[in-house]
Amino acid sequence: MSLAAKSLLLIAVLGLAACNNPDRYGAGGAGGAGGAGGAGGIDTTGLGDPNNPTSIAYFNQTVGDRVLFAVDQSTLTPEGRGILTAQANWLNQNTGYAAIIEGHADEQGTREYNLALGARRAAAVQNFLISQGVAANRLRTISYGKERPLEVCSEEACYAKNRRAVTVLSAGVGA
Amino acid sequence: MAHRVSDQVYQRLTGESGYFDSRVVFIAESGPRDARRKQVAIMDQDGANVEYLTDGSALTFAPRFSPTGDRILFTSYETGVPRIYLMDVASRRRQIIGEQPGEMTFAPRFSPDGGTVVFSLERGGNTDIYSLALGSGALTQLTNSPSIETAPSFSPDGSQIVFESDRSGVQQIYVMPASGGEGTRISGGKGRYGTPVWSPRGDYIAFTKQNEGRFHIGVMRTDGTEERLLTASFLDEGPTWAPNGRVLMFTRETSGGGGQASLWSVDITGRNLKQIPTDGPASDPAWSPLLP
Repeated sequence: MSLAAKSLLLIAVLGLAACNNPDRYGAGGAGGAGGAGGAGGIDTTGLGDPNNPTSIAYFNQTVGDRVLFAVDQSTLTPEGRGILTAQANWLNQNTGYAAIIEGHADEQGTREYNLALGARRAAAVQNFLISQGVAANRLRTISYGKERPLEVCSEEACYAKNRRAVTVLSAGVGA
Repeated sequence: MAHRVSDQVYQRLTGESGYFDSRVVFIAESGPRDARRKQVAIMDQDGANVEYLTDGSALTFAPRFSPTGDRILFTSYETGVPRIYLMDVASRRRQIIGEQPGEMTFAPRFSPDGGTVVFSLERGGNTDIYSLALGSGALTQLTNSPSIETAPSFSPDGSQIVFESDRSGVQQIYVMPASGGEGTRISGGKGRYGTPVWSPRGDYIAFTKQNEGRFHIGVMRTDGTEERLLTASFLDEGPTWAPNGRVLMFTRETSGGGGQASLWSVDITGRNLKQIPTDGPASDPAWSPLLP
């Protein structure tokens, strides 16, 4: 319990210090843009003007595109539920978008189990968004297990950021 | 030819049948930790004669051989979602199998007669084990549990399947009939147990164990007794059995941003731990049967 509290504190401190770096590797894995965008404040990624409340950039940076999880857990934290409520509100107001929810795990586990754990996390987010009124046909899920960490150090500070579910928006209701 | 001579020498020295005339399918890795490129590759068990079977444009992992070594199964994100591919080794032709719309399929293994593939299927966040009859295409659900069931492996006589499940709250190893069912738990110590693999001699189950921040490759008898840990490191996982059932190969990964994976082998006595030379980083090895 105190470890979780320490982790949350660390996340908060690091969150303030870290730059906003959208992870873009797409549903196809290694193809596509190698995450080159997002280095500065200028929109080079096609995500729109972050000051425009109907843009994807606004969703990612202001609403919050991700929630984090405790080790081996897929239950939503109170903070996570708050972020997802805001996501649901945004999605309910901006109905022209679909989303793929990516579930991830940290490296403290075996490959297949982490793939399944990532799927559980993505499903937890999906179920919550649906419970807040988002139409199910706008949402899909995918898991990357431990294959696509956001942070590469082998310490809890990085692990905590990797245990995430990211809501990735795309224009148009999902196929 | 040299490998067959090695097998004979090995047999004279150890009394065990050799394994030098065998191949290993694995994942060749490159690139940074947060954007790894992974491609299916095949080599002789000593690292020689590497060939690449996929081009790395899509994330692939965990390739496995068929019982006669002529086909492999692997999981790939090529279509955007983890799907199981069946590839003929000689022709390199491949096809997706077991596809279910909107669901991930992964962790496939062949039955000993090569006619069935057992694998994990994820639906609505829940992962269970299914089997697919390759001839008829018939899909059968083998486990039905709100927990994660994955990493299935057949016994060499085809009658049972060992797998991992976190139904107790933590990953543990279970054995069930090949027709499916609840399963009986066989792992018992502290820590998490995963990636169970049944020895080709039927006498041991190898596994990955995590305990107190360390990973271990271990073996246990098929009833869970005589558990022995053979290795310890920051991250060891995914053992595969040599055809003689006396040597294991596995992935070892080093820590940190510059960490890389490599292939290692160890005897079931815990001795002769050594790295398998590969051109670059490598993971997810799977041993072939002895070549005919």
